[in-house]
This record gives sequence, structure tokens and C-alpha cells, in this order.
Amino acid sequence: MFGLNKKDTSLLLVVAALTLFAPFILNPFPTDSGLAQFNAGYPDLMQRFVIFGIFAVGFNILFGLTGYLSFGHAAFLGVGSYSAVWMFKLLSMNVIPAIILSVIVAGLFALLIGFVSLRRSGIYFSILTLAFAQMSFNLAYSVLTPITNGETGLQLTLDDPRILGVSATADGSIPVTSLFGLEMRSTYEMAVGGWNFQFSAGYYLCAIIMLVSFYIAVRIFRSPFGLMLRAVKCNQNRMRYTGLNTRPYTLAAFVISGMYAGLAGGLMASMDPLAGAERMQWTASGEVVLMTILGGAGTLIGPVLGAGFIKYFENIFSKINDNVLHQWFSWLPDGIEDFVVFIIHPFIGKGWHLTLGILFMLVVIYLPGGLVEGGQRISRLFKKNKSSDDGAAAKTTPAE
Amino acid sequence: MGILEVKGVGKRFGGLQALGDVNLSVQENTVHAIIGPNGAGKSTLLNCLVGKLIPDTGSVMFDGQSVLGRSPHEINQMGISRVFQTPEIFADLTVLENVMIPCFARRDGSFRMHAFGSVVNESDMLQKAETMLDDVNMLSKAHLHAGSLSRGDKRRLEMAMCLVQEPRLLLLDEPTAGMARADTNNTIDLLKEIKTKRDITMCIIEHDMHVVFSLADRITVLAQGTPLVEDTPQNIKGHPKVREAYLGEAQV
Ligand SMILES: Nc1ncnc2c1ncn2[C@@H]1O[C@H](COP(=O)(O)OP(=O)(O)OP(=O)(O)O)[C@@H](O)[C@H]1O
Ligand SMILES: [Mg+2]
Repeated sequence: MFGLNKKDTSLLLVVAALTLFAPFILNPFPTDSGLAQFNAGYPDLMQRFVIFGIFAVGFNILFGLTGYLSFGHAAFLGVGSYSAVWMFKLLSMNVIPAIILSVIVAGLFALLIGFVSLRRSGIYFSILTLAFAQMSFNLAYSVLTPITNGETGLQLTLDDPRILGVSATADGSIPVTSLFGLEMRSTYEMAVGGWNFQFSAGYYLCAIIMLVSFYIAVRIFRSPFGLMLRAVKCNQNRMRYTGLNTRPYTLAAFVISGMYAGLAGGLMASMDPLAGAERMQWTASGEVVLMTILGGAGTLIGPVLGAGFIKYFENIFSKINDNVLHQWFSWLPDGIEDFVVFIIHPFIGKGWHLTLGILFMLVVIYLPGGLVEGGQRISRLFKKNKSSDDGAAAKTTPAE
Repeated sequence: MGILEVKGVGKRFGGLQALGDVNLSVQENTVHAIIGPNGAGKSTLLNCLVGKLIPDTGSVMFDGQSVLGRSPHEINQMGISRVFQTPEIFADLTVLENVMIPCFARRDGSFRMHAFGSVVNESDMLQKAETMLDDVNMLSKAHLHAGSLSRGDKRRLEMAMCLVQEPRLLLLDEPTAGMARADTNNTIDLLKEIKTKRDITMCIIEHDMHVVFSLADRITVLAQGTPLVEDTPQNIKGHPKVREAYLGEAQV
């Protein structure tokens, strides 16, 4: 189906089912139960899952296939956000032109940065991309204030000269982003028993765009072009002496992944029309590297898992505080309870980065292939148990 | 006129004159060997032919066109393929993919944004690659990772990758260096097979006299960056200059 083989089609269908039913899947606990804080099925967070999924899937086209580790991809995300907000300010509150512009501008920007950075490889390439991204961040923060509104960030105002549409609504507020009239913030709530499921228009737009992006990534992975990108990672010398020009291949991969980042930035601005320089900071660039490696670089589904994993932990772990811990461990004797809370305290709330860091180290050391490798090992274990009678060894499947 | 004409090529590395004044003419459909002691400049000469180095003086013409100033991938697209001293393959890819890459390079040129095709649906390319693997007796290993092959098989694979491009000139830099006797014999057999099965022009750098004399139609002896003699294997064997250049190595 869709020009994919059976395995890839089923992978795509699984991802489609997971994203489309996410409002249910991520909301397993009834609203008034103690575990409700582990629910992630609210629009804001789900949007972040899929948007960062797009970002990571695109990053993986560069890093996973060619092995070029960019430390500056957040710059493209930021550029995408700024472009989208400008489109809202000047043209219309419809998200489609905004998203298209953010992809184009990010692509052009990536062409420029990639052209220079790809003169070097390895650590020097990474440093160059990092330098470019920091430059962009500083430009956005100070020098380009007329375009970026500096520290405050670019926002919509009541006197934006919007060509198609109004500057302010009848009741004097700023208009909201929409898809041909369908407001991005509109949410349908469905209460079933103790559960409260939320279906947001914005989330479904992001989810559908994520599925299309994922599909394109699968096609690229399986194409002759994708094979060449994997060859770049393997042996550029052999490539050159096989008549292949490596530069345009790496540049194309760089631009494509930059466009994915721009798309993610454009979607972010479409969900919440503001853009700030901090989106371009090196920590944001580092985050997508973490997502990709944590999920499994070079695999199809890995970056999506990594993005979901990190965003989930960021939001859930950071919400747990000492009060919550005391509730959980109230069954312990008082002294021990305090002690346990004291031990766990650094890992939660603001300290969730510590937890993430430890998890990341564990994954890199014990599962170099990321969460995907973990999944494969588990499924192999099951297969082995099943087939151990006839002695068939579990066949290693290429990483998906 | 040979298919490859090297005229007056010289190359200096700082104070070292690695190549003096090299003239070489390789005729179509022959195997031309270049021999010489260590540091004679054989690899340097070969690197000048494939675009890795640019000679300071002289000209290198391939099929009437100059190769100087062109990059390696352009020279390959002109029809020159090379085998490295240590096999250069795509270790993380499968054997079949390794052979398909040169197929694509031949068909699509040095760059093509072929992002919506599917490798498994390229039946022409697949068939070409499989036929080639069959030719070098590696079809059964098509789905192994190239990195897991034995050294002899890696060499075989690298040759297959070059041959599948149907190059007009195949350059080999010490294809048997550091190989065990059995692997060396294997490689010689493979090269002989290639020579008889296909119309191919080869230029081979080799230390192993056994390899040279069992393959070459003509031999150039290089010493200290200049060709001493060029002749047929029979005449080279007894040549006093060659004995001199090789000292103890001349008992062949
Ligand atoms: N890139 C380089 N920079 C400086 N000197 C070099 C370089 N490449 C080769 N040389 C020198 O040029 C001379 C010729 O080297 P070359 O590798 O061509 O010899 P060779 O005939 O291939 O020897 P061998 O049989 O050991 O492979 C040597 O003295 C070598 O040290
Ligand atoms: Mg050499």
C-alpha cells in the first residue's frame, strides 16, 4: 500500500492508529483518580508530542542516515515559527499559508547553513552548525529586534495589518488561528464514565501532518536516495571513487531535515501564535539530538518514540512535587517516608532533567540502538521462548 | 594511442620528488602492471590518475580527454574505477546494496534526487547486481552485512562493485597486499577470470611477482619516481636493471 512493502505499511498503520486514537490512549486514568496526573491526553501536550515527533523524524533523516550530527537544528525550528507568526500578522489567520512559508524559509535557511557547514564533517561540522545556531539565536535576541521583537518574542497585536481578515475581532480581541474557519483551539470534550477525553482540532491537524511527514520519511528511507545517504555514513571515500558526488547528497539531506524542523516550528506557531528566540537556543538543538538517540537513530519509529518519551517525562515528572510524593508514600512509617521523599526529591519537579540524564545514559550504555533496540530485544526474547523447542534461533531483523 | 596516456608526469612532496618524468601508455584490453620497490611512487602515480592528487607537471589523458583537475567522482564517471589497497566497501550495508550503489551511480550519474523510488522495486538494478554477484560466486552472501565478510570476500566484493560499473579502465593498487597465500591465489584466479570473460583494460600495481607474471601483458618498472623499463613479462624477467632495482627480490 502507498508504495510501501508490507512491513512498512503495517508500521505506518500502527503509527496512524496511535496518533489518531491518542486522546484515548494517553488518557487511561479516570479524571478524579490519584493517577490522573499521569494522563497526557490533553491537547497542549499531545500537540507537543507530534510536533516534536516531526522535528525528530526530520532530524533523523540527516543524522540517522548520513551520520552528520547537527547541533543547530533548533535554528530552523525558530525560523519556521517566526515566519509563521509573520504570516499571521500580515496575511491571514489561516494556518496553511503560514505553515507553507515556514517550511520554505527554513529550507532556504538550511540551504545556506548547510552549504557552509557541510564543507567539514565529524565534530567540525557539529561545531559549525552549533555556531550558526547560536549566531541565529543572538541575532533574533538582539540585532534583528524589528523582525523578531527580541527578548519579548514575536506576538500578534491588535493592530496587525492583516490583508485577508481583520486586525481585531468584533469584541476587540486578537483573532485566533484557524484552518479555513476551523479554529485550532476548538476542542470537543467527551465525558465517558469517569473519563474526560478531549479532541482538539489543532491536535488532529498536527497529527495528520505528522503522519504525512512520517510517510515521506519512510519513502526516503527505502529509496535509492536513502541508500545513498546511508552510503555517505558508511564510506564517503568509496562513494567518490564510485562516481558519486557526496556534497549534494548531504546538502539535500540537510535541507530536507531543515524543512521538517521549519514545519515543526510553523505548527508550533499555528497552535499558539508566538515565537521567541529561546526556541533557537542550543539546548533546544540538543533536545532533538537526545530524542533521536534515545528513540533509536537511523530507525524509522525511534525518533517519534524518543520525542514522545522526553516530552512526556518533561511534563509529567516535572509536575510531581513533594506533596505528591508524601501522598504516595504515606503508607510508610513517618521517618522512612521522609527519607524516601528526600531521596527521590532531586529527581522530580525541576529536577526531572536529572532523571532524564540518567535514563539517557542508561540507554546509550545498555541499548545503543535506543528504545527501538529495547523493544526488539524484548520481542526476540518472546520469540525465542516460543521457538526454543524446535531450536530455531531468532532472526535478527533490521532496525525499524 | 592507448586508452590511457600519461606524459611527463611529475609530483613533488616538499623536498621529495616522488614522481620524476613518468610516461606510460596503457593499451585497450590489456593488463598493464606497474612494479617497483617500496617508495618508488606507484601509489602516487595511481592517485594522479584518479583525481586524488594533481601532478605538478605533465598530462594524463583518458580516451582523448584530460583527467587533470577533475574530481574523483567525475573521473569515475568517465569510466575509471579503482580498487584500494585495503578493500573500501560499505561495511554497514548488505553485500547486495554494496553492488547496487555502483549500478545506480552508473545509471543516474553522480547525483540524483531519487527520493520516491524504492530500492526493492528497481528490478533492472537488482538483476544486474545479482548477476554480478553470481559471477564472483557471492550470490549466496547477498544479504550478509559486508562488514562481516572475510578479507578475501571483501576484496571480491570490491572488485564486483567496480566491475558492475563496466569500467573502461580498472585500476588496482596491490590487490593482494597482506593477504594469505590462499587468498592471493583466489584473487589471481578472480582477476584471470575477469580478464578472459570480459574485455577489460586493467592497470595493476603489485609487489607479488607471482601475481604480476601470471596476469600482465606488459610491465612497467618504476624506481625512484621514474620508469626504468617497459616490456613484456618475458623480457622483464631477465632484465638487468630490474634485478638491480629489486636486489634480492629478483629471483622470480
Ligand atoms: N601525501 C604525501 N605527502 C608526502 N609524501 C608522500 C605522500 N604520498 C607519498 N609520499 C612519499 O612519496 C614516495 C612515493 O610514495 P608511494 O606511496 O607512491 O610509493 P609506492 O611505490 O606506492 O610504495 P609502496 O610499495 O610502499 O606502496 C614515498 O617516499 C612517500 O613517502
Ligand atoms: Mg603504494
